[in-house]
Amino acid sequence: MSDGGPGVGLRIGVLALQGAFREHVATFRRLGADAVEVRTPADLTGLDAVVLPGGESTVIDRLLDSSGLREPLVAALAGGLPAFGTCAGLIVLSAAAEDGRSDQRPLGLIDVTARRNGYGRQVHSFEAPVQLDADGDPMPGVFIRAPRIVRVGEGVEVVGTLDGEPVAAAAGGIMVASFHPELTGDDRLHRRFLDRVRVVRAVAA
Amino acid sequence: MSIAYDGSRASSDGDADFDCCVGCQVAEYGTMRVKSGLAEMLKGGVIMDVVNAEQAKIAEDAGAVAVMALERVPADIRADGGVARMSDPEMIVGIQEAVTIPVMAKARIGHFVEAQVLQALEVDYIDESEVLTPADEAHHIDKWGFRVPFVCGATNLGEALRRIAEGAAMVRSKGEAGTGNVVEAVRHIRAIRGEIARLTTLRPEELYAAAKNLQAPYDLVRACAEEGRLPVVLFTAGGIATPADAALMMQLGSDGVFVGSGIFKSGDPVRRARAIVEATTHFADAAVVAEVSKNLGEAMVGREISQLDGHGGLLQTRGW
Repeated sequence: MSDGGPGVGLRIGVLALQGAFREHVATFRRLGADAVEVRTPADLTGLDAVVLPGGESTVIDRLLDSSGLREPLVAALAGGLPAFGTCAGLIVLSAAAEDGRSDQRPLGLIDVTARRNGYGRQVHSFEAPVQLDADGDPMPGVFIRAPRIVRVGEGVEVVGTLDGEPVAAAAGGIMVASFHPELTGDDRLHRRFLDRVRVVRAVAA
Repeated sequence: MSIAYDGSRASSDGDADFDCCVGCQVAEYGTMRVKSGLAEMLKGGVIMDVVNAEQAKIAEDAGAVAVMALERVPADIRADGGVARMSDPEMIVGIQEAVTIPVMAKARIGHFVEAQVLQALEVDYIDESEVLTPADEAHHIDKWGFRVPFVCGATNLGEALRRIAEGAAMVRSKGEAGTGNVVEAVRHIRAIRGEIARLTTLRPEELYAAAKNLQAPYDLVRACAEEGRLPVVLFTAGGIATPADAALMMQLGSDGVFVGSGIFKSGDPVRRARAIVEATTHFADAAVVAEVSKNLGEAMVGREISQLDGHGGLLQTRGW
């Protein structure tokens, strides 16, 4: 854990049911945050924010039920707990998912529609630079059987684009990305999320 | 330290075979980061062998992170004997249409044309597998030449690193497929993890001799020594039949498990599949493993390793 960094004093829970959760934990720890793995309802206690990582969204959806996490997580998010969802996590946080399983239940915390595997099967997975809104420098984007953001609702801010198409979005304390910033070492989106968490905390206080 | 994992040997087979989904000028396909990245997304999950669309649906409903499409599970390959080959493309397509999770399929060791066929079908991962009859006794497939990622089996660290050098984006310890006996899977995961742990204790000049002894590229050996882990995701396969078996492999340091014959050769595949998924997620929580292990019915019939002679013999010695 570093002495400084934008995450100091923040406790970030990373949903650790399945997928690339260790990489998010490592990234937030590098930024000075107290990052912990979330597997049970008790792990939600005392969090300043929660991260829904990449993985298989149908599996994470199922495990939310069997672990008993769905209700307390939904309650915490409804109470304003900030959340960052990447890839599968985007689908879980979205308002609607196309081409998923009929029993998959997105939480509806950000008004975007996501199309599962919207860029195609694995042979169509790719790397491409993502343009962030304000910055001049693009960040590396790793898109793996990625969901495609096919609709962005009113009041949702587009924070990253690829060929002019939205690939990262945010509204209040909720941020989503269709790619994997946790795999590249470029932590700019993680930093932006921490900024949002601080704003939410300041407003609450 | 990072080894050359920036896709510098990304496939050069031409993107003309594939539809481009975003601007081709900027997008790079088939990079190692994209290939190994999919394996990263499967971590903590269970990959299940299925032989038809109905089983694939059961696996998906149970929470499998991916399915392995094959014509016969390893227990049947053992029982039937003969040459085991890549599955019928029609059957693979049927499974791809039935589920939304990734679909993997097996090619024979060294059979790069079976791999080309599987890539043309757009399977999500190819398993160059010792469960099928090897097609080449000297050469594995050059996996760098493909856009689809490969997973390969290994019984020890040297074998794992040779496969990664050939372009494998994921490794699974081999175990002994089709036996329902976890002893070989334990031996192999312990061997791989133990050899990596030993590398981390060596002085820099000792790594050269270690690479020689492992018969593996020095850069990969040094990467393991520095990171204390393989440069790609490590799953376990071969003989896992119960939720406790799966949790055992996870506690021994596996990133996830393959279950072959263990589910659909058991008395109640639906319950067992769900139980193994739960035990893999909550592997460190014995109360959860105990709860999900209740009333699962008959496990698959297991085989003692020393008595495999009349039942297909050892598969783990295929590949090198």
